[in-house]
Amino acid sequence: MKFSISKVIIFSFVFFSLFIFWQGLKKNNNYNTKRLIGSRISNFQLIEINNNTKSISEEDLKNNKFTLVNFFASWCAPCRIEHKYLVNLSNKKIKIIGINFKDKKSNANNFLKELGNPYSFVGQDFDGKISILFGVYGIPETILIDNNLTVIKKIIGPIDQIQYNEILNLIK
Amino acid sequence: MKTKRIIFIIYFFLFAPLHANENYSELSEIYKNLRCLVCQGQSVADSNSDFASTIKLVVQDQIKEGKTKEEIYDFLISKYGEWIVYQPALTKNNFLLWFLPYLVLILGGLIIFFIIRKSRHNKAN
Repeated sequence: MKFSISKVIIFSFVFFSLFIFWQGLKKNNNYNTKRLIGSRISNFQLIEINNNTKSISEEDLKNNKFTLVNFFASWCAPCRIEHKYLVNLSNKKIKIIGINFKDKKSNANNFLKELGNPYSFVGQDFDGKISILFGVYGIPETILIDNNLTVIKKIIGPIDQIQYNEILNLIK
Repeated sequence: MKTKRIIFIIYFFLFAPLHANENYSELSEIYKNLRCLVCQGQSVADSNSDFASTIKLVVQDQIKEGKTKEEIYDFLISKYGEWIVYQPALTKNNFLLWFLPYLVLILGGLIIFFIIRKSRHNKAN
């Protein structure tokens, strides 16, 4: 049986292309933040929502063994769902920092008055730029960091019972 | 004084737009290479989503601070991972992506070479 070199090359190329295509189909192309676990949060300054002269920076968070940073807004329906878990967590040994994302100050204050304020500090992020420093791409998003400001856990979407338990396990 | 004014007006109308254009094209190039993480197959340049508009603000700020394109990409990669850029850095996991086009070009050339050689050989016979 006679094989021409060009036929072998074409066949190998088609086989190779199909293999790559098949591998590509198996790969999950949805964005996930798993690779960001272990990265560090740095260079930020949060200004208090009701007092522009009051602020915290990374140095302040280094005093806490663990800090939970939660991005929320009054217009975000899932934020309402997760809020009870944050209120429960505020009674545990963890500091919770709230960052009010692209919201109106009055609406944010009403939201906290209505559902309770689990935050030891509420920062403002009216134009969303702070959220980029924390690698946030939608809210609600919650980030658990240690005193080295290393990301231990990142929760995209509202906190549920399972994630609440996971946070409690991590901060034990 | 009058000459200074005239020079200023000429500069303002002729050269200032050129500088603005330079900035605009640099920004546009960066936006096009950034993936909108909340959109389906859209770049930050194409998207009007909340996420894309915030990324645009951050990129504009960093350009004003004098950061280079690479520094901006590195910053965003540190926050969102390699997935945020359309043009990933060369690593051992993606070297094929970079070299495959050249490989295909060489293979294509070889195939054409063999086909021509074969047809010439057939004609000669």
